[in-house]
Amino acid sequence: MAEAIKVPTMAEFMAQGKSPEVLFWVGCAGSFDDRAKKITKAFVKLLAKAGVEFAVLGTEESCTGDPAKRAGNEFLFQMQAVTNIEVLNGYEVKKIVTACPHCFNTIANEYPGLGGTYEVLHHTQFLKSLISEGRLTVEGGKYKGKRITFHDPCYLARANRIYEAPRDLLAKLEVELVEMKRCKTNGFCCGAGGAQMFKEPEPGNKDVNIERTEQALETKPDIIAAGCPFCNTMMTDGIKNKEKESEIEVLDIAEMIAAAEDL
Amino acid sequence: MEYLPNILFILALAAGVGFFVINCRKLIRNIKLGRDENHSDNKPQRFKNMAKIALGQYKMVRRPVSGIIHVLVYLGFIIINIEVLEIIIDGIFGTHRIFSFLGGFYDFLIAVFEIFALLVLVGVIIFWIRRNVLHIKRFLNKELKGWPKLDANLILYFEVVLMLLFLTMNAADLSLQLRGADHYAQASGVVGSFPVSQFIVPLFENMDTASVILIERAAWWIHILGILVFLNYLYYSKHLHILLAFPNTYFARLKPQGEFDNLEAVTNEVKLMMDPDADPYAMPAEEESDEVPAKFGASEATDLSWAQLLNAYTCTECGRCTSECPAHQTGKKLSPRRIMMATRDRIEDIGKNIDANKGEFKEDGKQLLDDYITREELWACTTCNACVEACPVGINPLSIIMDMRQYLVMEQSAAPSDLNNAMTNIENNAAPWPFNQMDRANWINEI
Repeated sequence: MAEAIKVPTMAEFMAQGKSPEVLFWVGCAGSFDDRAKKITKAFVKLLAKAGVEFAVLGTEESCTGDPAKRAGNEFLFQMQAVTNIEVLNGYEVKKIVTACPHCFNTIANEYPGLGGTYEVLHHTQFLKSLISEGRLTVEGGKYKGKRITFHDPCYLARANRIYEAPRDLLAKLEVELVEMKRCKTNGFCCGAGGAQMFKEPEPGNKDVNIERTEQALETKPDIIAAGCPFCNTMMTDGIKNKEKESEIEVLDIAEMIAAAEDL
Repeated sequence: MEYLPNILFILALAAGVGFFVINCRKLIRNIKLGRDENHSDNKPQRFKNMAKIALGQYKMVRRPVSGIIHVLVYLGFIIINIEVLEIIIDGIFGTHRIFSFLGGFYDFLIAVFEIFALLVLVGVIIFWIRRNVLHIKRFLNKELKGWPKLDANLILYFEVVLMLLFLTMNAADLSLQLRGADHYAQASGVVGSFPVSQFIVPLFENMDTASVILIERAAWWIHILGILVFLNYLYYSKHLHILLAFPNTYFARLKPQGEFDNLEAVTNEVKLMMDPDADPYAMPAEEESDEVPAKFGASEATDLSWAQLLNAYTCTECGRCTSECPAHQTGKKLSPRRIMMATRDRIEDIGKNIDANKGEFKEDGKQLLDDYITREELWACTTCNACVEACPVGINPLSIIMDMRQYLVMEQSAAPSDLNNAMTNIENNAAPWPFNQMDRANWINEI
C-alpha cells in the first residue's frame, strides 16, 4: 500500500467527540502472536479498503477471560469480563467485530449477563456484509480454482451455528471447496479449545491437531483455510509435523481475501 | 376357582406396577438430590425440542444404519404397547380379544403389530450382531466391560423373547380360532389378521386342542409377565432412556452451546470487589449469616444440578459422544460417556447409602471427583461440544466436566501448572502470555 493505514483507537475517536462504525476487537492472539498478527493486519487492510470507520481499544483491550473460564476459573473470567464491559460501555460501543471465535463467543454470549450487550460479528460475517453492501469487491485472483478445505472453529460453527459466512467468502474467491468428513456443526476440534492452547496435552497416542491435520490432508488441499488464530496455529503446527509446509499453506480467510486483492 | 386366573393376573399386575412406582419415586428422589436450577423458560421451544428429538428421533438418524433400525424398534415398542392394553383388559376380565368388536380395524391393528414384531425381531438381531460380532469401536471401550455390556445384551434378549412369545401367542390363538375351540372362536369368524404368525400355525396342526391352549396360555402369561419384569428392570439398566429421553430433551439447555453459564455466586463477589463504595470490613447482613458459604463448582454428584443428574440417568451408553470426542479419538483417557456413567454410579451409590441409613446420607469416604472421575479425564477436554452435539437425547457431558474443573481451580487451586501460568498472566498483564499490556497495540506500527 502506498499510504500507511491509520488504526485509530477508541480514545482518539472519543477525543474528537465521534464514534466509529465498528470496534475491531483484536484479541490476545491477534495482538501478540506473530502468526495471528498477520491476520489482524490483513483484516485491517480490508477494513481500510472498504472505507469502514473502525477503531481498536489498543492498550485498553484485555483478555476476554475465555481461557480462564474454560479452565474453570470463573472468578478470573468475571473480573476480566467486568473490566472489559466497563471500558466498552464507557465508550458506548454498539457493534464489535473480531477475528477470534473465542472472543466472539465470549462477548456475544457471556457478556450480556454481566451487563455488556453488543452486536458482535465474526470477521467473516462482517466481510460478507461489506461485500453484499457493495463496499468491498472480491475476485478469485490467485486462489481461483485452488483446492481448499475449510476447518470450522468449534466456537463458531458448532457453538454458534456460523458456518455459511466463511464458505460464502470462499465462494467469492472462486476456490474449489472440498469439505472434510467432519465439518460445520460436526467439525473436529483443532485441539486448542478449552484452554488446551496454554497447557501440555494429557497422555494419549496422538495430538488432536495432528489428527485434524490428517483429516484435512485426506482432502488433498492446496490450502487449509481457517477462521480462528488458535486453529491456525494448531493446523500450521500439524502441517509442519507432516513436513508439508512447502506444499500446503494454512491461511485465514481474511488473509486470502487481502492477498487476492493484492493488499 | 373360576376366577383364579383373573385374581392372579390382577395380583401380578399390581405387584409389577407397584414396584415400578416405588422405583420411580426413588429415581425422582435421587435426581432431586441435585442442586436446584430453573429449566422452565420458553416452554414452546422445549416442547418442540422434545417432539423433534425424543419423539421424532431426528438426531438418531444422523447415523443412518443404527438410526433407522432404532426408529423401527422404537416404533415397534410404542405400537405393540397398544396391544398390551388389550392383554391387560383380557387378563383382568377373562375376555378373549376384547377389542375385536372394532372389526376390520382390529384386523388391521393386529396385522400392524405382527409386522412390527417381525421388524423389531430383525432389528434387535442386527443390534446384537453389531454389539457382539462386528468390531464397532464405540461398543468396545473399557467402560462397557462387565455389567454395561451384559445389560445391553440382556435388553436385546428380553426383546427377542417378548417378540417370539407375542407371535407364538398369536399363532396358537389363530389355530384355536380356526378349530372353533371354546372361548377362542367367535361367532363372527376369525378375529384379527395374522400376516406373520400364520406361518407358525402349521406347527400346531397335529397337536390336540388342550396342548395348543396350554401353549397359548403359557405364551400369553409369560409375555405379559415378561413385560412387567422388563418394566421393573428399567431402573437398574441403561434402558431408562425409553422414559427419560422425554423429560431430558424437554429440560435440555436452549442457549447456544458456546455459552457457559456465569456463576451467580461469583458475580456477587466480583461486583463487591469492583464497587468503590463497598466497605471491605462490613459485617455480612443479618439474614445472610446462617447461609453456608457457596461452594464453587462440583466435587460431588450432589453439587451438580438435578438436570445434570437427569442426564446421567437418561444416558443409554450408546457412545456416540465418545466416538466424536477429539480427546478420546487421540487416545486420551477422557470418554464423555464414562463421565455420564460415573455420575450415575455415584448418585446411585448415594441413593443406596441414604436407603441403608434410614434416610440420612452417612459419610462413605468417597466423592465423585477422584473416586469416580479422575482429574486426567477432566483436563483432557477441549470444550469443543462435539459430545453435546452428538447425543441423540440432549445430554451435556461437558457441563459436568466444567463444573468439576471449577471446583479444582477455585476451591483447590489444582489446575495444571501451565494453566496456572496462563491465568497468572491474564491477571497481571491481561493476556494469557507474558507480554506487557502496554505492548498490545504495537502491531499497529508494523503495518
